[in-house]
Amino acid sequence: MIRLALLLLLLSGPAWAISDPSEALPDPKQEARAVEIGQQLRCLVCQNESIEDSGADLARDLRKIVRTQVAQGKSDQEVIAWLVARYGDFVRLRPPIRWDTALLWASPLVALLAGAAAFIAMRRRPPQAPAPLDAAEQKRLNRLLES
Amino acid sequence: MNRRLLLGIPLVAAGAAGVAFYAMLHGMETGTFDPRGTNSMLIDKPLPDFTLAGFTSADVRAAGHPVVINFFASWCVPCVDEAPTLMALAQAGVSLWGIAYKDKPAATDAFLARHGNPFTRLARDEPGTVAIDWGVTGVPESYLIDANGIVRWRFTGPLPLAATKILAEKLHA
Repeated sequence: MIRLALLLLLLSGPAWAISDPSEALPDPKQEARAVEIGQQLRCLVCQNESIEDSGADLARDLRKIVRTQVAQGKSDQEVIAWLVARYGDFVRLRPPIRWDTALLWASPLVALLAGAAAFIAMRRRPPQAPAPLDAAEQKRLNRLLES
Repeated sequence: MNRRLLLGIPLVAAGAAGVAFYAMLHGMETGTFDPRGTNSMLIDKPLPDFTLAGFTSADVRAAGHPVVINFFASWCVPCVDEAPTLMALAQAGVSLWGIAYKDKPAATDAFLARHGNPFTRLARDEPGTVAIDWGVTGVPESYLIDANGIVRWRFTGPLPLAATKILAEKLHA
Protein backbone atom coordinates (compact mmCIF):
# COMPACT_ATOMS: atom_id res chain seq x y z
CA MET A 1 0.00 0.00 0.00
CA ILE A 2 2.74 2.45 1.01
CA ARG A 3 4.73 1.38 -2.05
CA LEU A 4 1.77 2.12 -4.26
CA ALA A 5 1.33 5.56 -2.68
CA LEU A 6 5.02 6.32 -3.19
CA LEU A 7 4.83 5.14 -6.79
CA LEU A 8 1.83 7.40 -7.42
CA LEU A 9 3.65 10.31 -5.80
CA LEU A 10 6.65 9.77 -8.06
CA LEU A 11 4.45 9.50 -11.12
CA SER A 12 2.60 12.75 -10.47
CA GLY A 13 3.90 15.56 -12.63
CA PRO A 14 4.93 19.05 -11.58
CA ALA A 15 2.23 21.72 -11.20
CA TRP A 16 2.05 23.54 -14.53
CA ALA A 17 1.33 27.24 -14.75
CA ILE A 18 -0.06 26.59 -18.22
CA SER A 19 -3.60 25.37 -18.66
CA ASP A 20 -2.69 22.37 -20.80
CA PRO A 21 0.50 20.27 -20.43
CA SER A 22 0.68 19.92 -24.21
CA GLU A 23 1.58 23.62 -24.35
CA ALA A 24 4.88 22.97 -22.56
CA LEU A 25 8.11 22.76 -24.52
CA PRO A 26 9.70 19.29 -24.57
CA ASP A 27 12.99 20.68 -23.28
CA PRO A 28 12.54 21.40 -19.52
CA LYS A 29 15.28 24.05 -19.59
CA GLN A 30 13.57 25.96 -22.41
CA GLU A 31 10.20 25.51 -20.71
CA ALA A 32 11.60 27.00 -17.48
CA ARG A 33 12.86 30.00 -19.44
CA ALA A 34 9.50 30.40 -21.19
CA VAL A 35 7.72 30.35 -17.80
CA GLU A 36 10.15 32.93 -16.46
CA ILE A 37 9.54 35.24 -19.43
CA GLY A 38 5.79 34.68 -19.31
CA GLN A 39 5.63 35.59 -15.64
CA GLN A 40 6.98 39.05 -16.51
CA LEU A 41 4.29 39.65 -19.13
CA ARG A 42 0.85 41.01 -18.42
CA CYS A 43 -2.27 39.34 -19.73
CA LEU A 44 -3.96 42.18 -21.66
CA VAL A 45 -7.42 40.76 -20.98
CA CYS A 46 -7.33 40.40 -17.18
CA GLN A 47 -4.63 43.10 -16.78
CA ASN A 48 -3.47 42.04 -13.31
CA GLU A 49 -2.35 38.50 -14.09
CA SER A 50 0.72 37.31 -15.92
CA ILE A 51 0.16 35.37 -19.14
CA GLU A 52 1.42 32.26 -17.32
CA ASP A 53 -1.33 32.59 -14.70
CA SER A 54 -4.17 33.64 -16.97
CA GLY A 55 -6.75 31.36 -18.53
CA ALA A 56 -7.68 33.88 -21.24
CA ASP A 57 -7.46 32.90 -24.91
CA LEU A 58 -5.14 35.77 -25.74
CA ALA A 59 -2.81 34.75 -22.89
CA ARG A 60 -2.67 31.23 -24.33
CA ASP A 61 -1.78 32.63 -27.76
CA LEU A 62 0.93 34.81 -26.23
CA ARG A 63 2.32 31.84 -24.24
CA LYS A 64 2.53 29.94 -27.51
CA ILE A 65 4.39 32.82 -29.16
CA VAL A 66 6.82 33.04 -26.22
CA ARG A 67 7.49 29.29 -26.43
CA THR A 68 7.94 29.33 -30.21
CA GLN A 69 10.46 32.15 -29.93
CA VAL A 70 12.30 30.49 -27.02
CA ALA A 71 12.54 27.28 -29.06
CA GLN A 72 13.94 29.37 -31.94
CA GLY A 73 16.74 30.39 -29.60
CA LYS A 74 15.74 34.03 -29.07
CA SER A 75 16.99 35.76 -25.92
CA ASP A 76 14.64 36.84 -23.10
CA GLN A 77 15.12 40.47 -24.14
CA GLU A 78 14.27 39.73 -27.76
CA VAL A 79 11.05 37.92 -26.83
CA ILE A 80 9.95 40.72 -24.48
CA ALA A 81 10.88 43.39 -27.06
CA TRP A 82 8.71 41.60 -29.65
CA LEU A 83 5.70 41.89 -27.35
CA VAL A 84 6.48 45.45 -26.23
CA ALA A 85 6.57 46.48 -29.92
CA ARG A 86 2.93 45.36 -30.20
CA TYR A 87 1.41 46.08 -26.81
CA GLY A 88 3.69 48.77 -25.37
CA ASP A 89 5.38 48.87 -21.98
CA PHE A 90 2.03 48.03 -20.38
CA VAL A 91 2.61 44.38 -21.31
CA ARG A 92 5.52 44.29 -18.87
CA LEU A 93 4.44 43.70 -15.29
CA ARG A 94 7.64 45.42 -14.13
CA PRO A 95 7.90 48.78 -15.89
CA PRO A 96 11.33 49.67 -17.28
CA ILE A 97 13.44 52.26 -15.43
CA ARG A 98 13.56 55.32 -17.68
CA TRP A 99 13.29 59.07 -17.24
CA ASP A 100 9.52 58.99 -17.75
CA THR A 101 9.10 56.22 -15.16
CA ALA A 102 11.57 57.78 -12.71
CA LEU A 103 8.80 59.30 -10.58
CA LEU A 104 7.01 55.95 -10.43
CA TRP A 105 10.12 54.12 -9.26
CA ALA A 106 11.18 56.91 -6.89
CA SER A 107 7.76 57.39 -5.29
CA PRO A 108 8.36 55.05 -2.30
CA LEU A 109 11.59 56.90 -1.54
CA VAL A 110 9.93 60.30 -2.03
CA ALA A 111 7.13 59.32 0.37
CA LEU A 112 9.65 58.06 2.94
CA LEU A 113 11.73 61.25 2.70
CA ALA A 114 8.64 63.47 2.95
CA GLY A 115 7.56 61.54 6.04
CA ALA A 116 11.02 61.85 7.60
CA ALA A 117 11.14 65.58 6.82
CA ALA A 118 7.71 66.14 8.39
CA PHE A 119 8.73 64.12 11.46
CA ILE A 120 11.97 66.09 11.95
CA ALA A 121 10.20 69.42 11.45
CA MET A 122 7.65 68.49 14.13
CA ARG A 123 10.33 67.40 16.58
CA ARG A 124 12.46 70.51 16.07
CA ARG A 125 9.68 72.99 16.67
CA PRO A 126 9.86 73.79 20.42
CA PRO A 127 6.59 73.34 22.25
CA GLN A 128 5.08 76.82 22.56
CA ALA A 129 4.06 78.06 25.96
CA PRO A 130 0.38 79.00 25.98
CA ALA A 131 -0.26 82.76 25.80
CA PRO A 132 -1.16 84.31 29.17
CA LEU A 133 -4.84 84.98 29.73
CA ASP A 134 -6.02 88.47 28.91
CA ALA A 135 -8.13 90.47 31.29
CA ALA A 136 -11.52 89.32 29.95
CA GLU A 137 -10.48 85.65 30.05
CA GLN A 138 -9.13 85.99 33.58
CA LYS A 139 -12.41 87.53 34.67
CA ARG A 140 -14.40 84.67 33.12
CA LEU A 141 -12.12 82.08 34.75
CA ASN A 142 -12.56 83.68 38.11
CA ARG A 143 -16.32 83.65 37.69
CA LEU A 144 -16.30 79.96 36.74
CA LEU A 145 -14.10 79.09 39.70
CA GLU A 146 -16.32 80.98 42.08
CA SER A 147 -19.58 79.40 41.02
CA MET B 1 -8.12 81.91 9.87
CA ASN B 2 -6.93 78.42 10.73
CA ARG B 3 -10.50 77.16 10.98
CA ARG B 4 -11.40 78.60 7.63
CA LEU B 5 -8.34 76.96 6.08
CA LEU B 6 -9.14 73.60 7.67
CA LEU B 7 -12.68 73.78 6.33
CA GLY B 8 -11.64 75.15 2.95
CA ILE B 9 -8.99 72.59 1.99
CA PRO B 10 -11.31 69.55 2.05
CA LEU B 11 -14.02 71.53 0.25
CA VAL B 12 -11.64 72.55 -2.54
CA ALA B 13 -10.32 68.97 -2.76
CA ALA B 14 -13.84 67.55 -2.99
CA GLY B 15 -14.70 70.12 -5.65
CA ALA B 16 -11.62 69.24 -7.71
CA ALA B 17 -12.40 65.51 -7.42
CA GLY B 18 -15.94 66.19 -8.57
CA VAL B 19 -14.75 68.10 -11.63
CA ALA B 20 -12.27 65.32 -12.44
CA PHE B 21 -14.94 62.61 -12.13
CA TYR B 22 -17.28 64.59 -14.32
CA ALA B 23 -14.58 64.96 -16.97
CA MET B 24 -13.87 61.22 -16.84
CA LEU B 25 -17.53 60.26 -17.16
CA HIS B 26 -18.00 62.73 -19.99
CA GLY B 27 -14.93 61.32 -21.73
CA MET B 28 -16.22 57.76 -21.33
CA GLU B 29 -19.52 58.80 -22.86
CA THR B 30 -17.98 60.46 -25.90
CA GLY B 31 -15.19 57.95 -26.38
CA THR B 32 -12.26 60.24 -25.64
CA PHE B 33 -11.43 58.53 -22.34
CA ASP B 34 -11.23 54.83 -21.58
CA PRO B 35 -10.23 53.90 -17.99
CA ARG B 36 -9.06 50.44 -19.07
CA GLY B 37 -7.54 51.63 -22.32
CA THR B 38 -3.85 51.35 -23.06
CA ASN B 39 -1.84 53.36 -25.54
CA SER B 40 -1.64 51.75 -28.95
CA MET B 41 1.87 51.39 -30.33
CA LEU B 42 0.51 52.01 -33.82
CA ILE B 43 -0.63 55.63 -33.46
CA ASP B 44 0.93 57.79 -36.21
CA LYS B 45 2.64 54.69 -37.63
CA PRO B 46 1.85 52.79 -40.85
CA LEU B 47 -0.63 49.97 -40.41
CA PRO B 48 1.02 46.57 -39.86
CA ASP B 49 1.46 44.25 -42.86
CA PHE B 50 -0.95 41.37 -43.05
CA THR B 51 -2.52 39.01 -45.54
CA LEU B 52 -5.92 37.60 -44.71
CA ALA B 53 -8.71 35.95 -46.60
CA GLY B 54 -10.86 38.95 -47.55
CA PHE B 55 -8.34 41.80 -47.74
CA THR B 56 -4.70 42.63 -47.06
CA SER B 57 -2.82 45.61 -45.65
CA ALA B 58 -2.02 46.60 -49.26
CA ASP B 59 -5.76 46.83 -49.98
CA VAL B 60 -6.22 49.22 -47.04
CA ARG B 61 -3.36 51.42 -48.26
CA ALA B 62 -4.73 51.32 -51.82
CA ALA B 63 -8.22 52.42 -50.68
CA GLY B 64 -7.24 56.06 -51.18
CA HIS B 65 -9.58 57.22 -48.42
CA PRO B 66 -9.71 56.85 -44.62
CA VAL B 67 -10.84 53.45 -43.39
CA VAL B 68 -12.01 52.30 -39.97
CA ILE B 69 -10.82 48.74 -39.27
CA ASN B 70 -13.10 47.02 -36.76
CA PHE B 71 -12.05 43.77 -35.05
CA PHE B 72 -15.16 41.88 -33.98
CA ALA B 73 -16.49 38.38 -33.37
CA SER B 74 -19.85 36.66 -33.32
CA TRP B 75 -19.13 35.34 -29.81
CA CYS B 76 -18.53 38.84 -28.43
CA VAL B 77 -21.43 40.36 -26.49
CA PRO B 78 -20.22 44.02 -26.62
CA CYS B 79 -20.09 43.57 -30.43
CA VAL B 80 -23.87 43.11 -30.38
CA ASP B 81 -24.13 46.43 -28.49
CA GLU B 82 -21.86 48.06 -31.02
CA ALA B 83 -23.74 46.80 -34.11
CA PRO B 84 -26.31 49.65 -34.32
CA THR B 85 -23.51 52.25 -33.93
CA LEU B 86 -21.55 50.66 -36.77
CA MET B 87 -24.65 50.64 -38.97
CA ALA B 88 -25.17 54.34 -38.22
CA LEU B 89 -21.51 55.10 -38.98
CA ALA B 90 -21.74 53.20 -42.28
CA GLN B 91 -24.85 55.18 -43.15
CA ALA B 92 -23.04 58.40 -42.33
CA GLY B 93 -20.50 57.46 -45.01
CA VAL B 94 -17.68 56.04 -42.85
CA SER B 95 -15.81 53.29 -44.68
CA LEU B 96 -15.83 50.33 -42.27
CA TRP B 97 -13.72 47.26 -42.93
CA GLY B 98 -14.27 44.33 -40.60
CA ILE B 99 -11.82 41.71 -39.38
CA ALA B 100 -13.54 38.71 -37.76
CA TYR B 101 -11.35 37.64 -34.83
CA LYS B 102 -11.11 33.97 -33.81
CA ASP B 103 -14.46 33.25 -35.35
CA LYS B 104 -15.82 30.46 -37.54
CA PRO B 105 -16.82 31.89 -40.97
CA ALA B 106 -20.35 30.47 -40.72
CA ALA B 107 -20.81 32.05 -37.26
CA THR B 108 -19.53 35.43 -38.52
CA ASP B 109 -21.90 35.33 -41.47
CA ALA B 110 -24.85 34.44 -39.24
CA PHE B 111 -23.92 37.32 -36.88
CA LEU B 112 -23.82 39.82 -39.76
CA ALA B 113 -27.10 38.50 -41.15
CA ARG B 114 -28.77 38.96 -37.77
CA HIS B 115 -27.34 42.30 -36.62
CA GLY B 116 -26.70 43.92 -40.01
CA ASN B 117 -23.52 44.14 -42.05
CA PRO B 118 -21.93 47.61 -41.88
CA PHE B 119 -18.69 46.47 -43.55
CA THR B 120 -17.61 47.32 -47.10
CA ARG B 121 -15.01 44.57 -46.85
CA LEU B 122 -14.64 41.61 -44.54
CA ALA B 123 -11.51 39.66 -43.62
CA ARG B 124 -11.18 36.61 -41.39
CA ASP B 125 -8.47 36.17 -38.77
CA GLU B 126 -9.41 32.75 -37.42
CA PRO B 127 -6.15 32.01 -35.55
CA GLY B 128 -6.07 35.59 -34.19
CA THR B 129 -2.40 36.12 -35.12
CA VAL B 130 -2.92 39.27 -37.19
CA ALA B 131 -4.76 40.81 -34.23
CA ILE B 132 -1.65 40.26 -32.06
CA ASP B 133 0.46 42.18 -34.60
CA TRP B 134 -2.02 45.05 -34.24
CA GLY B 135 -1.83 44.87 -30.45
CA VAL B 136 -5.52 43.99 -30.16
CA THR B 137 -6.41 43.19 -26.54
CA GLY B 138 -10.01 42.15 -27.12
CA VAL B 139 -13.01 42.63 -29.36
CA PRO B 140 -14.49 44.95 -30.41
CA GLU B 141 -11.58 47.21 -31.19
CA SER B 142 -11.45 49.89 -33.90
CA TYR B 143 -8.60 51.62 -35.70
CA LEU B 144 -8.81 54.70 -37.87
CA ILE B 145 -6.44 54.54 -40.85
CA ASP B 146 -6.00 57.73 -42.85
CA ALA B 147 -5.77 57.92 -46.66
CA ASN B 148 -1.98 57.43 -46.47
CA GLY B 149 -2.25 54.20 -44.50
CA ILE B 150 -1.22 55.80 -41.19
CA VAL B 151 -3.03 54.70 -38.00
CA ARG B 152 -4.57 57.80 -36.41
CA TRP B 153 -6.79 56.52 -33.61
CA ARG B 154 -7.59 53.35 -31.72
CA PHE B 155 -10.63 52.64 -29.59
CA THR B 156 -11.05 49.56 -27.41
CA GLY B 157 -14.58 48.39 -26.70
CA PRO B 158 -17.83 49.24 -28.46
CA LEU B 159 -17.64 52.55 -30.32
CA PRO B 160 -19.90 55.24 -28.87
CA LEU B 161 -22.29 57.00 -31.25
CA ALA B 162 -20.34 60.19 -30.65
CA ALA B 163 -17.38 58.51 -32.37
CA THR B 164 -18.57 60.03 -35.66
CA LYS B 165 -17.47 63.42 -34.35
CA ILE B 166 -14.10 62.12 -33.15
CA LEU B 167 -13.48 60.39 -36.48
CA ALA B 168 -14.20 63.61 -38.33
CA GLU B 169 -11.92 65.60 -35.99
CA LYS B 170 -9.06 63.11 -36.27
CA LEU B 171 -9.27 63.13 -40.04
CA HIS B 172 -9.21 66.89 -40.36
CA ALA B 173 -6.55 67.45 -37.71
